[in-house]
Amino acid sequence: MKRIAPKLAVAVLGATFTFGAISAKAAAPEYGGNLNIVVGSKIPSYDGHIESTFGMIHPIRPFYSLLIRENPDNPASPTDFVCDICVGSVPEGTEGGTKFTFKIRTGVKFHDGTPLTSADVKASFDKVVNPPKGIASNRKAYFKMVESITTPDAETLVFKLKHPSGTFIPAVAMPFNFIYSKKDLDTHGYTWHQKNINGTGAFSFVEHVQGSHVKGKKNPNYHHKGRPYLDSYTALAAPKMSVRLQAIRGGRADIEFRGFPPKARDDLVKALGDKITVQESDWNCVLLASPNHEVKPFDDPKVRRALTLAVDRKSGSKYLSNIAIVKTPGGIVFPQHPMATPMSELKANIAGYSDDVAASRAQAKKLLKEAGQEGLKFTFLNRGVDQPYKIVGTWLLGQWKKAGMKVDQVVKPTTPFYASLRKKGDFDVSVDFNCQSIVNPIADVSKFLPSAGNNYANFEDAKLESLYDELLKAGTPEEQTPLLRAYEKRVLNDLSSQLVTLWWYKINPHRSYVKGWKIAPSHYLNQSLDNIWIDAAEKKSQGVN
Amino acid sequence: MATSELPNEEFVLPKQKTIWDTILRMLRRQPLGSAGALVILIMGFAGLFAEQIAPFDPEMENFEYMLSPPGTVHEETGKVFYFGTDSFGRDQLSRMIYGARTALLVGFTASFFGAFLGLVLGVASAYFGGTVDLVLQRVCDVFMAFPLIIMALAIVSIFGTGVEMVIIAITIPFIPNCARVVRSSALALKELPYIDAARSVGYSHVRIIMRHMVPNVMAPFLIMLTAFVGQAILTEASLSYLGMGVQEPTAAWGLMLQGGAEEYAESAPWVPIWPGVAITLAVFGFNLFGDAVRDVLDPKLRSQV
Repeated sequence: MKRIAPKLAVAVLGATFTFGAISAKAAAPEYGGNLNIVVGSKIPSYDGHIESTFGMIHPIRPFYSLLIRENPDNPASPTDFVCDICVGSVPEGTEGGTKFTFKIRTGVKFHDGTPLTSADVKASFDKVVNPPKGIASNRKAYFKMVESITTPDAETLVFKLKHPSGTFIPAVAMPFNFIYSKKDLDTHGYTWHQKNINGTGAFSFVEHVQGSHVKGKKNPNYHHKGRPYLDSYTALAAPKMSVRLQAIRGGRADIEFRGFPPKARDDLVKALGDKITVQESDWNCVLLASPNHEVKPFDDPKVRRALTLAVDRKSGSKYLSNIAIVKTPGGIVFPQHPMATPMSELKANIAGYSDDVAASRAQAKKLLKEAGQEGLKFTFLNRGVDQPYKIVGTWLLGQWKKAGMKVDQVVKPTTPFYASLRKKGDFDVSVDFNCQSIVNPIADVSKFLPSAGNNYANFEDAKLESLYDELLKAGTPEEQTPLLRAYEKRVLNDLSSQLVTLWWYKINPHRSYVKGWKIAPSHYLNQSLDNIWIDAAEKKSQGVN
Repeated sequence: MATSELPNEEFVLPKQKTIWDTILRMLRRQPLGSAGALVILIMGFAGLFAEQIAPFDPEMENFEYMLSPPGTVHEETGKVFYFGTDSFGRDQLSRMIYGARTALLVGFTASFFGAFLGLVLGVASAYFGGTVDLVLQRVCDVFMAFPLIIMALAIVSIFGTGVEMVIIAITIPFIPNCARVVRSSALALKELPYIDAARSVGYSHVRIIMRHMVPNVMAPFLIMLTAFVGQAILTEASLSYLGMGVQEPTAAWGLMLQGGAEEYAESAPWVPIWPGVAITLAVFGFNLFGDAVRDVLDPKLRSQV
C-alpha cells in the first residue's frame, strides 16, 4: 500500500527541523517584540504553591523566580539543574547528604522594589513545606525529608534533611515553587498571592482580563543580566484546541506550550511550511490502566497479569503516535531518565513487554482460564478527554479483545470520573495517569504506592511500602537504581497492580520567528520566557504584525 | 303477489389487491413517503443482518491499514475496504452497517417508549381533567421548556453514557411532547356521548381509557411516533458526536463522525463523509415517511390529497 502523505510530512518536518536548527544557531538574539501565547486552560488562582495546572503556569510563571530551575538551555535533560535566585551551581549535599546550603543572589528586587534576601526564600519554602494550619500546599509531601530551613545570613539559606534523599533537589526545582516576598506574606497573609502578583521574574504583571488574556511587560531589573529579550508577552485564553491551532495558523498567536496532537502538527506544517518550527519530546506523563483490586476478579493477580500481557506496546507506539500524543513504551520511570529501566530489561523481566505478542496473548488466555475467567467481560472506565485518554482507551479495548476479553467502555466527564476513582470506587478497570513536572523518579513513582492518595487500584502491599521507604532514604543513584528496579518489578510484574501503556509525547509547533525556546519533557517546564526572542525580520517576512 | 327479483346479471367480485398493487398505489400517491420507506427498509435490513452483510468485524483494529482510502484491499483476506478505514484501521462500511443497528435500536426504542408513555399520560390527563390535568400539564411545560438536545445532554451528564442511557435520555423529552398532542385529541373525545355511555354503565377508568379512548387517538400517536424516530436518530448522533452518547468501540454514526470530522475532514474525507451521509439519509427518510403517514391518517390532509 503506497502512502505518500506520511512520507511528505516526514520530509517537510525534517526540513523544518533543519531550518529551525540552522536559524537558531546562526542568528544572535534580538531585543523587543511581544510574544503571543495561546493557553488552553483557565487560571484557578495565581498561587503556584496551591495550583497544579498549566493554565496557571503558562501565563503566571514568567512573573516569578525559583530557587533553582531546569537548565533553560538544556531543558531536555532530566538531571540538569541550575541556579535561578541562588548563585553558582546547584549545591551538593554535605554532612552525608543531609545539608544543602544555597547562596542567594544580591541585588535582586521584587517588582514592587523590595530587595530579595534569603528570608524571602525561606518564607516561601516554609509556606510550601510547613504551611500554617488551614493553608493549602500542593507539594508539601515532596518535602517530607526536610527537617529545618534556616537563614544564617541574608545571603545564605540552609536546608537540613532528616536523611539523605535523591528526591530533594528535583523537588526544589519544581516550577510551582514561586519565590514570594516575606513582606507580602507577613503583611497580607498566606492567601494574598492567590489574587495578587509580586515576584522577581523576567516580566512584571500588567493586567489579567478574565477569559481573555494575561499581559506582562519586561522587568528591567531582572537578575539574569541581558534578559529577557522580549518587551512583553500576552497569554491569550483559548480553551478549544481548534481555536489555538487556527490562532497559530493565522498569526494571531506565536506559540502554544502544552502541545498539539500529531494530526494538528501535520496540518500546520502542511499549511505553513517553513514558517513553522516543530519541537518534539518525550513527556513526563504516562497513561496507566488501574484494575480495581476490590472488585472480582481483579483481586486475582492472574487476571491482572492477563490484562498487561494482552497489550502490544511496540505496535501501539508505532501506530498510536500517528494519531495521539503518546509514543514511547517504558516502565514506571520517565524513559529518558538515567535511572529508567532499559527496554531490554523490561522485555526480559516484566510481563507484557515481550516482542512475541502472540505468545504473551496465549499466556494471557491461559492465565484467564486458570483463574476461571475465560472470555472475561468487564467495563473500562475512561475520562471524557480525547487526547490521549479516549484514543488510547479505544486501542486498549482492541488489545484486550485480541486476548479473548470482551470489554465495554464507560466515558465520564472529569468530575464524575474522579468521583468514581476517589469516592465511589464503582469501576472494574479505569484509565489513570501519572503526570509530573520536574523528572524526579523516586517522587514520581510514589503514584504506584498502595498508600499513595492518588493510587486508585485499592490494594495493600507491605513489601512495596517497605521498598519505597528504602528508596526514599537511598542517597545516591547507585543505591537508588536497584531499589527502583525491584519496586518496578513488584508493581508491573509480581502484583501487576497497575499497567503502564505508553508515555506521552509532546509536540510543540510554533512560528519559526520565535527563537530561543527549547522543549522540555514537561509542559510545566522552561516557562520563564526569559530566553525567548523574536526574529523581527522573519516575522515581517511571514506577514505577521 | 309482487315479488322482487335480482337483476339477471352475473355478480362480479372486485379483483383482490395484491401487495404489489398496494405498493404501486403507495408509490403513485406518496412518492416521497415511499422513498422514505425505502431508506428505512434498507436501514432495517442492514441493522438486522449486519453480521451477514458486514465484510469485517466493525470493532477489529487493523493499524496497518489506518486511514486507508476507499477501495484499499486487505492483503491477508483479500477483502476490500469499500468505504476506507478510520484512524484505528477499522472498516468504515462495516461500522456503517452496524451503526444502522445502533441508530435503529435507539431510534425505535426511544420513540416507542416516549410516544407510548406520552399517549397514556396525555389521555389520562384529558380524561381526568381538573387537578390531575393541571399538574401533568405543568410538568410537561417544564420539560418542554428545554430543547430536546439540551434535556438529553443534562440527563446523560447526570446518569452517564452508553446505549441504555442514551435511550433513556431521548425517551424522557419525548413523553411530554407526545402527551401534549394526544391530550388535545383526547379532550375532544372525552366529550363524545359514547364515553359518557361507558361511564354510565360503570366501566372502570382504565377500561374507558385503554379500550375506548386510546384507539381513537392512534392517528396523532402514529404521526408522533414516526416523527420521533428521525429525531431520536439525530439526537443519538448529536450526543455521540459530543462524546456524551454511545461509546467506543460500539459502531455508531455520530461517534464515527466525532472521530473524523475535525481532524480528518481534509486529509481523509471518507472518515466523516459516510457517517454524515448516513445520518442525513436516515433522518430524511424517517421525516418523509412520517409526513406520508400524517397525510394518510389526517382526515383534513387526506381530503386535500
